[in-house]
Amino acid sequence: MLAALAAIPVLIAVVVRLSAHVPPGRGPVFLDRITQNGMFVAATAMVVAIPLFLPLTVGVVAGDTVAGEAGMGTLRYLLVAPAGRIRLLVVKYLGAVVFCVAATLVIVLAGSAIGALLFPVGPVTLLSGDTVGAGQAEWRLVLVAAYVTVSLAGFAAVGLFISTLTDAPVGAMAATVVLAIASQVLDSLPQLAWLHPWLFSHYWFDFADLLRQPVTWDSFGANAVLQAGYLAVFGALAYGRFASKDVLS
Amino acid sequence: MSPSPGDTGTTGPGPAALAVETHGLVKRFGHQLAVGGIDLAVPQGSVFGFLGPNGSGKTTTIRMLLALAAPTHGAVAVLGQDMPRSFRTVLPRVGALVEGPAFYPFLSGRANLHRLDAADANSPAGTRAARVDAALDRVGLTHAAGKKVRAYSLGMKQRLGIANALLAPRELMVLDEPTNGLDPQGTREVRSLVRSLATEGTTVFVSSHLLAEVEQICTHAGIMRAGLLVAQGTLAELRRDGREQVRVLTPDMARACGVLARLGLVPEIAVSVPTDDDGGLVRAPVPERRGEPADIVAALVADGVRVRGFAVEAGSLEDRFVELTGEGFEVVE
Ligand SMILES: Nc1ncnc2c1ncn2[C@@H]1O[C@H](COP(=O)(O)OP(=O)(O)OP(=O)(O)O)[C@@H](O)[C@H]1O
Ligand SMILES: [Mg+2]
Repeated sequence: MLAALAAIPVLIAVVVRLSAHVPPGRGPVFLDRITQNGMFVAATAMVVAIPLFLPLTVGVVAGDTVAGEAGMGTLRYLLVAPAGRIRLLVVKYLGAVVFCVAATLVIVLAGSAIGALLFPVGPVTLLSGDTVGAGQAEWRLVLVAAYVTVSLAGFAAVGLFISTLTDAPVGAMAATVVLAIASQVLDSLPQLAWLHPWLFSHYWFDFADLLRQPVTWDSFGANAVLQAGYLAVFGALAYGRFASKDVLS
Repeated sequence: MSPSPGDTGTTGPGPAALAVETHGLVKRFGHQLAVGGIDLAVPQGSVFGFLGPNGSGKTTTIRMLLALAAPTHGAVAVLGQDMPRSFRTVLPRVGALVEGPAFYPFLSGRANLHRLDAADANSPAGTRAARVDAALDRVGLTHAAGKKVRAYSLGMKQRLGIANALLAPRELMVLDEPTNGLDPQGTREVRSLVRSLATEGTTVFVSSHLLAEVEQICTHAGIMRAGLLVAQGTLAELRRDGREQVRVLTPDMARACGVLARLGLVPEIAVSVPTDDDGGLVRAPVPERRGEPADIVAALVADGVRVRGFAVEAGSLEDRFVELTGEGFEVVE
């Protein structure tokens, strides 16, 4: 799955490289800037991956955490070892978060590498108008990766909870991914404005503050608080469900 | 046999300590009663055969012993401590095979055991490699240890499951149908493994629906039927509780039945013994108030029944098992 994520920036870079010219203002943000500066490959790839590819892969990993072990029957042997139910949940959740870190870093690193390979790389003009060197720009991309990882942390907790509800991993994965889509759809309906700040996908694209000089952390903080809330609520639900669950698989 | 706590059926002085003890253990799945209030008493150091037909509640009981499922009612104590509350201190001392082995197919046998051993936060990592290899050796899997489990045969997986139960020195082994899928050689190895565990002082709780297996390796047995524990004790006690039987070998089976019925017995034609030219077997439990067996022969002969063989036999464990669980093949719901 990490390979599939790495393929996104590669695909974008190769397509842009092969096409004669990219009309400005069309396609995903940053796309039209790639030919001038390869640094924008990673940024473009991240924008493309956030709504679907990342929730898809993270949903698969998070949905599989407990249900996958139950489906294989290994859950009963882990518990008899004894792994401890709380410890098992914590380790499984940390595993999902590690995947989120790896997934976002893979996009940034693969994007930077292919960008440097196919396009000129140079100083980048930030959204605030300041220009920073390529090294500083790469650092900003890693910050974005961290932001997106945090964005996915609450979603992963939702997946963990769903995973404790069933012994069929495919069902848990599908339900988790569907929730990510549903959350984004609800977030796009203006009639539901009151609900928007509570949706886990609400701040997913709000990493622009990290691309200004100086960096402002407001949206990072708001996002982190929301995700921590999701982690607390769905972590507790997962614990409540799993601690007393009969393991009959 | 009254399975009250303390009355464990052992002959030693005083009540023996119990490795597994349940009181009024009930498990309900919705409306279905899987386990209907059982009082198990498994003495420490015994090899306890947990017998019962398919669907009689053996695996469900084992899941409750291992804190995988919570009892609907009743209490469970394993190695003297309440379950599921004390699972943290109890389970490291228990090796288990529950309803068949389960492993990650994409990992090798050895890697699977490493992972399962590491699942217990308190298992010493320093000795892990040595313990894994010793367990693999004990079940004869050393040569296949590097193979992916996906490429294992059913019997190899079963052996790996038993190896997992042997990863640490255990005080109690809970083995749910350990010989399932094993070849005759493997079955014998499991038997000798169970014996060697028993001589090391490990209590072995082994579920099975194979009576012969239990008769060969067990010191004690409990018999389940439709979620109820219908008997438990030493094998000798279980045999003794089986009623003695009159067995008549005769070609005149119908007439023999008539005579026996007139004498107040309840005869039946044994279906397990084929009827041929020499006739078949008619058997009947000896009534409580028994007369002289020779009188029965005299009555038979007086009525013109040609008796080819006559015996009064103690019930075998098999008769007892059939008597307790029913002869039919239907799964009791
Ligand atoms: N998850 C479940 N949901 C509902 N009923 C169940 C479940 N698991 C078992 N049962 C029921 O509980 C009863 C006992 O099942 P159990 O698996 O304990 O039998 P068993 O003695 O182990 O049988 P076998 O010899 O076939 O392994 C059966 O009637 C079964 O239908
Ligand atoms: Mg079973």
